[in-house]
Amino acid sequence: MGFNHKDIIGLQGLTREEIQLLLDTADNMKEISGRDIKKVPTLRGKTVVNLFFEASTRTRTSFEIAAKRLSADTINISASTSSVTKGETLSDTARNIQAMKPDIIVMRHAASGAHHYLAQRVSCSVINAGDGAHEHPSQGLLDMLTMRQKFGALDGLTVAIVGDITHSRVARSDIFGLTTMGASVRLAGPPTMMPPGIERLGNVTVCTDMREAIAGADVVMMLRIQLERQGKTLLPTLREYARYYGLNPQNLKLAKPNAMVMHPGPINRGVELSSYVADGDQSAILTQVENGVAVRMSMLYHVSGGELPTE
Amino acid sequence: MAEEKTTILDGAGVKRALTRIAHEILERNKGVDDLVLVGIRTGGVHLARELSARLEEIEGAKVPVGEVDITLYRDDFKGQAPHLPVGKTDIPFVIEKMKVVLVDDVLFTGRTIRAAMDAIMDHGRPDCIQLAVLIDRGHRELPIRADFVGRNVPTSMREKIVVLFDADSRPTEVVLEK
Repeated sequence: MGFNHKDIIGLQGLTREEIQLLLDTADNMKEISGRDIKKVPTLRGKTVVNLFFEASTRTRTSFEIAAKRLSADTINISASTSSVTKGETLSDTARNIQAMKPDIIVMRHAASGAHHYLAQRVSCSVINAGDGAHEHPSQGLLDMLTMRQKFGALDGLTVAIVGDITHSRVARSDIFGLTTMGASVRLAGPPTMMPPGIERLGNVTVCTDMREAIAGADVVMMLRIQLERQGKTLLPTLREYARYYGLNPQNLKLAKPNAMVMHPGPINRGVELSSYVADGDQSAILTQVENGVAVRMSMLYHVSGGELPTE
Repeated sequence: MAEEKTTILDGAGVKRALTRIAHEILERNKGVDDLVLVGIRTGGVHLARELSARLEEIEGAKVPVGEVDITLYRDDFKGQAPHLPVGKTDIPFVIEKMKVVLVDDVLFTGRTIRAAMDAIMDHGRPDCIQLAVLIDRGHRELPIRADFVGRNVPTSMREKIVVLFDADSRPTEVVLEK
């Protein structure tokens, strides 16, 4: 059983075996980051272009470190330094980058579906590092790896995801990945941030009350309120949001005693999470970041062995 | 056409070969001081554990066993689609200034050993690396030679050597398939 995809656009459509393979590889690659010489020669001679049309430090750095640990050459292009500011279309940018013969393009873009569009126009592999409100597959995989490390398996886990579900690409990737792997997902958030019909995605329950979602849960995943985007128009006040949808030591007691607290970062302290919970024993936030490098190494490794279209 | 199988070593033969290799390792290294075993996944790891048990029986001291997965060090990535699954490398001891005995089941082209040596050197600089294999079947493509060999079996390129293990990962038999 192998991974036969040229691109990773999302976790939707990946089989249980493919997700398992990506997670197993990541688990085994974690050891490399603990060595004195944190490098293997696997992707020597390959070129990875990090094309970030949206600001990102964590994800871009994580992908760059992952590529470098596999000995690939990396180039970072951000929207502010690219010809996009001069009016170039995505199609033209793609064709120009393609002409420089990269092997993998890692892209973040504000438009949902941009990666699908790109992948059809370039022969190299494309990895989605976040597209609009669609998917963020590397975050979904690192979340699953973090859960699997603690609980041993994803089958049968109950995961509560709380916050702005509508605009969260992390929530979407988590839902696709977790339900494929046999976990059940409960969603909670303000009605203005809950997309209608989301329960049709599979083993997903929509809860009106946050306490209902986290009661007896194995994992509580808090999403970031994107204050720079929609947050201001969809919420009366942050204080009210924190009161009804913020995780604090009191409502965390409703979850299982060994429940794990997760957050894709960066945290709005005092809004989604109280500092006490964010820095507490049950928080896995820094483990998530650590696992991010291994997961991205696994993605880069497997897409570079995927079948490329015959020209 | 049905495959033809010939037994190269039966269970007793494998045991004798491993015992002899253990004695040769002790002879060469004058005991087990600063000695570690690193098996190449997966057959080499099982054999390294067997060798460690024999060294303990003979010398009365434990020799640590690590395992190395060479997938990320292979030189034939371009030809593989899809890429092979990556296994775990687990070397839970410092190899700096240690005498490392690398263990594998079958020595063939030498490319696996080259990859394993690269992987070990990324963990530190051992005093030396010695190579122990159960079967040497020839056809080297790199200048690599084993220090300890259970059995030399000249083969043709069409033939295949398989080391069989039981459910407890104990070696039971070595067969030649034509």
